[in-house]
Amino acid sequence: MKFLRLVISLLLALWIYSSLVPAARGAELRFALPAEPKTVDPFLVADESAEALRYLTEGSLIRVNRQTQRAEPELAVSWKVLGNGTKIVFQLRQGVVFPGGAPFTSADVVDSFEKLLAPALHSPIADTFRTANGVAKVSAPGKYTVVAEFPALAAQIERMFDQVSIVSASAPVRPAPGLGAFVIAERKPGVSILLRRNPTYWKRDADGTPLPRLDSIRIDIEQNRDLELLRFRRGELQLIEKLTADMFDRLASETPGTVVDAGPTLDSEFLWFNESRRAPIGDGAKEWFQSRNFRRAISLAIHRDDLCRVVYKGHASPAAGPVSPANKLWFNSRIAPDAFNIEAAMKLLKADGFTLQNGILRDRMSRAVEFSVVTNAGSKTRELMAAMIQQDLAKAGIRLNIVTLDFPSLLERITRSLNYEACILGLVNVDADPSELMNILLSSASNHPWNPSEKSPETEWEAEIDRLMLAQASTADHAARAKSFDRVQEILHDQDPVIYLLHPNALAAVSPQVGGAKATAFFPHTFWDAEHLTVKPKTPGGP
Amino acid sequence: MKWSRVMVVMFLTVVAGAALTSDLWEKTSYDQQFRESPDAPPSRRFPLGTDALGRDRFARLVYGTRVSMLLAPSAALLSCLAAALLGGLAGLAGGLTERLILAGADLFLSLPWLFLLLIARACMPLNVSPAVSIGITFALLGLLGWAAPARVVRAGVRELRDSEFVLFARAGGCTPWRLLWAHLIPNVMPVLRAQFWIAIPVYILAETTLGMLGLGVSEPLPSWGGLLRELEGGDIASRLWLLAPAFLLAAVTVSLQLLRPRRDLAI
Repeated sequence: MKFLRLVISLLLALWIYSSLVPAARGAELRFALPAEPKTVDPFLVADESAEALRYLTEGSLIRVNRQTQRAEPELAVSWKVLGNGTKIVFQLRQGVVFPGGAPFTSADVVDSFEKLLAPALHSPIADTFRTANGVAKVSAPGKYTVVAEFPALAAQIERMFDQVSIVSASAPVRPAPGLGAFVIAERKPGVSILLRRNPTYWKRDADGTPLPRLDSIRIDIEQNRDLELLRFRRGELQLIEKLTADMFDRLASETPGTVVDAGPTLDSEFLWFNESRRAPIGDGAKEWFQSRNFRRAISLAIHRDDLCRVVYKGHASPAAGPVSPANKLWFNSRIAPDAFNIEAAMKLLKADGFTLQNGILRDRMSRAVEFSVVTNAGSKTRELMAAMIQQDLAKAGIRLNIVTLDFPSLLERITRSLNYEACILGLVNVDADPSELMNILLSSASNHPWNPSEKSPETEWEAEIDRLMLAQASTADHAARAKSFDRVQEILHDQDPVIYLLHPNALAAVSPQVGGAKATAFFPHTFWDAEHLTVKPKTPGGP
Repeated sequence: MKWSRVMVVMFLTVVAGAALTSDLWEKTSYDQQFRESPDAPPSRRFPLGTDALGRDRFARLVYGTRVSMLLAPSAALLSCLAAALLGGLAGLAGGLTERLILAGADLFLSLPWLFLLLIARACMPLNVSPAVSIGITFALLGLLGWAAPARVVRAGVRELRDSEFVLFARAGGCTPWRLLWAHLIPNVMPVLRAQFWIAIPVYILAETTLGMLGLGVSEPLPSWGGLLRELEGGDIASRLWLLAPAFLLAAVTVSLQLLRPRRDLAI
């Protein structure tokens, strides 16, 4: 009996010790990425896995704080925007050293931009620094001073530098270890990537302790979301960057403290009609889709609250436009999402000559209103949303046929052949700035969803959107930009060329072992502040 | 008839009967969304619970059974008819015709049918009702599945081509067309029957595969493939009722195999 009591006491003491033990330095954080990064070259990053790797291993002049959405000094200690947004002067941080031992100076910045902007590289990031009037020029008037000059006015010029990694000009081979908090120590293709603390990292904690606090990060490549969840439950992984609503609820019921709903993301899910005059679709459908009243009626006939509640289990917010409420700088709070109102929808349809006969909506020419909506196969949420919209529209006598297509076929139809009637897709926004929407909202853009590559705006309201978008991009004055962009949001809401449905929330999971995690709605949701994260030893029975 | 076959016939009759007469006794429609109770567990109102949109899973399973059990045999019949025609022609004509048909069969067997179906699905008109869409999907499955049975039929016909009764028929002035349909095909009928029974579960499973990829029957029509997609999310242990369509699919597939005539099994 005494022995048993001793064993129990020892176990209890061990458990108390392990739960009270402070987050240790030298700990390893483990999480998974859904795919192998397609590149480790920071200038060629185009996928989310490579973006995550770049975020952890590379340094930039300025970093946009994922929580406050404000640009903060990183390798540049200060900057000044001159020439009404055509020129920016950076003062660089002194005493920073690359892992290879070379000191960081303005020559590295100039060299990085030369490499990035080299036409032969075809860097997707370089496009941001190219305009119709030419390419940005970066020069170094001093050892710790850099000047970047743009051929045309650029809005929010400093934010563009968040995505540019500064590499060593003297590194014999590229890519070489960068100025990020971690360096790549081991890479097993398709299996895992091991990152170790960068021994020369310049950042220090408030008490002067060198950062990062972690010794290493092990990133496993795990395509299967269910396996990722299982491994998190077992304690093999400590973060899940993206959870589906189903997984979130399941995990919340098992271990409530581990899941985080960081609120609406910048992403949106939406439906649009094919309004292109050259589209090979029926005359009836073309006529309906070009009617503002028809589009508004469809928007009013969709139960957005139900979409959020049923499909996303409440982890989404109804959308009023392309800008999510998470985008505090640019969201137009005067616009509210359309509430389900079948009477108002029928009134608008009646005004356009539509009549409801024996439960079937017919237009002026007595054609039954029936159209198809395409979406990508395999997206469970979009298929469910389409099924709900199908039932919502049935109340207005409209028959909706749902077609799921593999992604290449879908892209072919919506961008080249234009042989489709309506489409449900989503947009992943990584930047909160309105200029990010230029390639969607400008009528001449090839990604202008409802009528791509217009030679000149085909409607007055599209011409006004073009004018306002160009106006907001050509000034650095936030108030003037906000005024232009607010009006753009109002036009989009009034004309409904794209029926915005909802903004999904950022759902993540953080193990209780991880200290200092502050999940945000912006990518990377859980490890954006990786240098301050800690991991304490696993508690018995904990996830 | 052995008792096991009686049981199988009874089981299939009950399943098919229930599926075909569901409109008479099922109170809720397969597409009615009870949005206030999505993902509900089994209850008196919903014997198999509700799906993610609050639709009665039992009503969907019954209707999905009708879709899968009506269309899979139709597709199997289509492929057997095509196989009888092309395989018979190849066996009877020989020479260049035979080589061309066999080359076509080899090509069809070597092509990845899933990608063929994806391409065919992408080329289909978009604005068709779910019923027409599923009809086209099964018709494509049937048309794509002719190659394997055609090779078997061709081998059978080739064997019979030089037999005495065929020589007598030829000598009597029988045309090749009549020879094929009146003399050769009836003699390879057991082979075709066997191919028909084999094809039914294959097509049910093919639709299931397409359904798992989200390319099967379009909403709101249910099918076994579409219903099986619910298993993707995991967490089956606490929701065993989700396995109902899998059990039904397995039971029907096994039953169809057991139902094959014994003489067909011997082939």
